Amino acid sequence: MSAAASPVQQAVMWLNDPLNWTNPGGILDRLGEHLEISAAAVALGCLVAWPLGLWLGHTGRGGGLVVLVSNATLAIPTLALLTILPLTFLGFGRTPVVVALAVFAVPPLLANAYTGVRQADLEALDAARGMGLSGGQVLRRVELPLAVPYLAAGFRTAAVQVIATTALASFVNGGGLGEIIRTGFGLSIAAGGGQILAGGVLVAGLALLAEVVLGGVERLVTPRPLRRDRQRAGRPRPADATGRA
Amino acid sequence: MSFRLSYRADPGNPWFSWQYVRDNSDTILAAAGEHASLTGRAVLVAVLIAMPLSVAAYWFRPLAGPILGVTGVIYTIPSLALFAFIAPYLGTGATTVLVGLVLYALLLIVRNVVAGLNQVPPEVREAAEGMGYGRWGRLFRIDLPLAIPGIMTGLRLATVSTVALVTVGVLVGHGGLGQLIFAGFQNNLYKAEIMTGTVLCVALAVLLDLLLVLVGRLVTPWSARGVR
Repeated sequence: MSAAASPVQQAVMWLNDPLNWTNPGGILDRLGEHLEISAAAVALGCLVAWPLGLWLGHTGRGGGLVVLVSNATLAIPTLALLTILPLTFLGFGRTPVVVALAVFAVPPLLANAYTGVRQADLEALDAARGMGLSGGQVLRRVELPLAVPYLAAGFRTAAVQVIATTALASFVNGGGLGEIIRTGFGLSIAAGGGQILAGGVLVAGLALLAEVVLGGVERLVTPRPLRRDRQRAGRPRPADATGRA
Repeated sequence: MSFRLSYRADPGNPWFSWQYVRDNSDTILAAAGEHASLTGRAVLVAVLIAMPLSVAAYWFRPLAGPILGVTGVIYTIPSLALFAFIAPYLGTGATTVLVGLVLYALLLIVRNVVAGLNQVPPEVREAAEGMGYGRWGRLFRIDLPLAIPGIMTGLRLATVSTVALVTVGVLVGHGGLGQLIFAGFQNNLYKAEIMTGTVLCVALAVLLDLLLVLVGRLVTPWSARGVR
């Protein structure tokens, strides 16, 4: 419309129009779709990755598999999975989108579950075994509680990543906030620049919000003495743990 | 534009077809070329920006937090949103894709280079100082060579993820092999086209990764003996 306005002004105008929020296919609809798809994908990822990661960590095998999975998924374009999966037995609709996104949630969930169990204190494990706990009991009562901070870290990484990549579902008309950006591009830059920018703000805002909120959750479930060193380094360093409790 | 109904004459819709590859070798080569060139340019520019940032973060500790923080926030922004931020200003050209890719690669390189530099043993640093190396001399002759494993890790991560990310450039019509994938999806789900794009994309990532491993071995001959 107003070609003279800068993209930022156009974006503000677009966001200020209540109809853009409440229309069918408006922001609220798209946000709902986005959150539904993301939640389903993260849930599916957890369902697959956590048991596998905990078990691999418990038995101490499969470290190579964890690395292989994360390297392999790094090289696969999201767009490829999003377009290929609907052509398989999964069929069209929301299922293939959720599965495609869940694939990218698996590596951080798997790696953190594996590491979380592997880092459990050897003395605690020995004590647990000495008390007569079976392998399954050790995993449930000792390793799993000790791994919770790692599981939370993996969950945050995976969830933020899935929320970010859900935006790409719009390429295969899968819904979500990405549709707003795609529609904007359909209008050409001059007419849709404001909408493109507004869509970008919404998508980025959601991802950053998820990062902050889940970061808080991660802190809450991390026992206080473990907090500082995990933030600074990727793995616990006992020397740091007593630093600034 | 994407009016290739002749493919529908083929009764099957195979996952792979030499016929398609032969008939469209020009398109495929052009797409692969754009993909490789976008990746190469993005990683190159990202390195040129990331190296000074990393050295600054290494030399001046108070800068390390902000530098890693800002690149981290950029990395958190979804790719589609990042392109959406750039496109209204730079238009729908390859430049938009390039800028987005560079911004993404920054964090991966900076984080690993800083980690590599911080891994230089303090006694080596002190020895270098004792031998009279100045700040710059130490950087180029001691710190950076010893940080090469970290630098190469960052480069490999950045390259592989950039190859995958180029496909999102479809949004502005410059997605390299992503154009094939997307066009295949739109051309009545032409599987051979989608698959060709995907396979070439993954192959390019693996190829560049192996190439960087090789380069890493060549520039650190001293690490050849150790298994690491």
